[in-house]
Amino acid sequence: MASLKDLRGRINSVKSTRKITQAMKMVAAAKLRRAQAQAEAARPYAERMEQILASLGAAVAGAPGAPRLLVGSGADKVHLLVVVTADRGLAGPFNTQVGRLARARIRTLEAEGKQVKVLTVGRKGAAFLKREFASRIVAEVTFANKKRVEFEDAEAVAQTIAGMLDQGGFDVCSLLYNRFRNVISQIPTEQRLIPAPLPEGPAQAASGPQAQYEYEPTEEEILATLLPRNLAIQLYRAILESAAGEHGARMNAMDNATRNAGEMINKLTLNYNRTRQANITRELIEIISGAEAV
Amino acid sequence: MATFLLELVSPEKLLLSRQVEMTTIPAVEGEMGVLAGHAPMIVALKGGVIRVREGGNETVALFVAGGFAEVSPDRVTVLADDATPLAQLSRATSERKLAEAEAALAAAADAEPEKREAAQLRVLSAQAAVAAAEAA
Repeated sequence: MASLKDLRGRINSVKSTRKITQAMKMVAAAKLRRAQAQAEAARPYAERMEQILASLGAAVAGAPGAPRLLVGSGADKVHLLVVVTADRGLAGPFNTQVGRLARARIRTLEAEGKQVKVLTVGRKGAAFLKREFASRIVAEVTFANKKRVEFEDAEAVAQTIAGMLDQGGFDVCSLLYNRFRNVISQIPTEQRLIPAPLPEGPAQAASGPQAQYEYEPTEEEILATLLPRNLAIQLYRAILESAAGEHGARMNAMDNATRNAGEMINKLTLNYNRTRQANITRELIEIISGAEAV
Repeated sequence: MATFLLELVSPEKLLLSRQVEMTTIPAVEGEMGVLAGHAPMIVALKGGVIRVREGGNETVALFVAGGFAEVSPDRVTVLADDATPLAQLSRATSERKLAEAEAALAAAADAEPEKREAAQLRVLSAQAAVAAAEAA
């Protein structure tokens, strides 16, 4: 049986662990609120962008010589997976979730005889995939030293991807990230970026009589600037959603940890008191039997 | 006076969404005033100032670095790249951005034409920002 001193030590150490997890939970809650607001603020832009792209893309997609960002390279050989994770751990299954999804995707794609390239955003995803697929990782991006991810950061990543496409680095590009559904649930999601999944054209008709737009300058020119922006926006949205999800997941994980620590402290305290009592009883018996012997 | 719904969004947030009488937007081929009932258009924007009129007065003036606008008879949606209220536009920052853009253009001197063009556009937009900051 553990001595009283050992038990006291353990109780103290679990107590300080609880303090840390509790503090982390509070911090995550505060950050979550900010990240969630940021993710929600970015939504209207992405939605409007989709509308414009829908009306433009439907017109141009069928034509020969359509931009590669819209229709891809036509082949289906080399896949680029953009894996968005957090930079920090201690967030429950948050990072592993995406990592596992990525691993499964890489395996199925390679089983089909396709070549896979991986671009990781966030340190944890890179660390996870390096163990098995180090040779597939072509680039790593991290925002660990940034307090707040700005749109320009996402734009830089989008430029890297567009550059790779121009050089024929890949044919199909997908984005893997944790979609933020609510504080306790983040859903690992796969989203196709290139070729762009075009929203159904006729859906537009719902917004009143089909508007015949005039373009200034030409459709092609607008599309040429709109498509890279759309790519950046999709990335930005994924990064923000992932950031909000990360804090939600961490808050949850730390809440559980705090509760477990509390339970452990109760158990240890009970054990401590029992041992103390047993010691007292034993000493009393010793004294009494000593006195009787006299 | 007839009004229309103006929505002004940047990637970071929804800046404005309300009924206004008139707006002036800096389209690539020249400034464009939009009133209610305008013919449907999709235009690209260059760096410049978006002005909004409500109740006969100019109420909002924002600098945008570029973007797109979708115009239809009863609404205008502006997708701005980077929008700053004119009052907050500082001359020092815009001049710094201009210097950066010029450096990028110089660096892209022997890059592909598209890249050079993009850098050129950035310089123009930064120049517009400096001009707007000066006028404010």
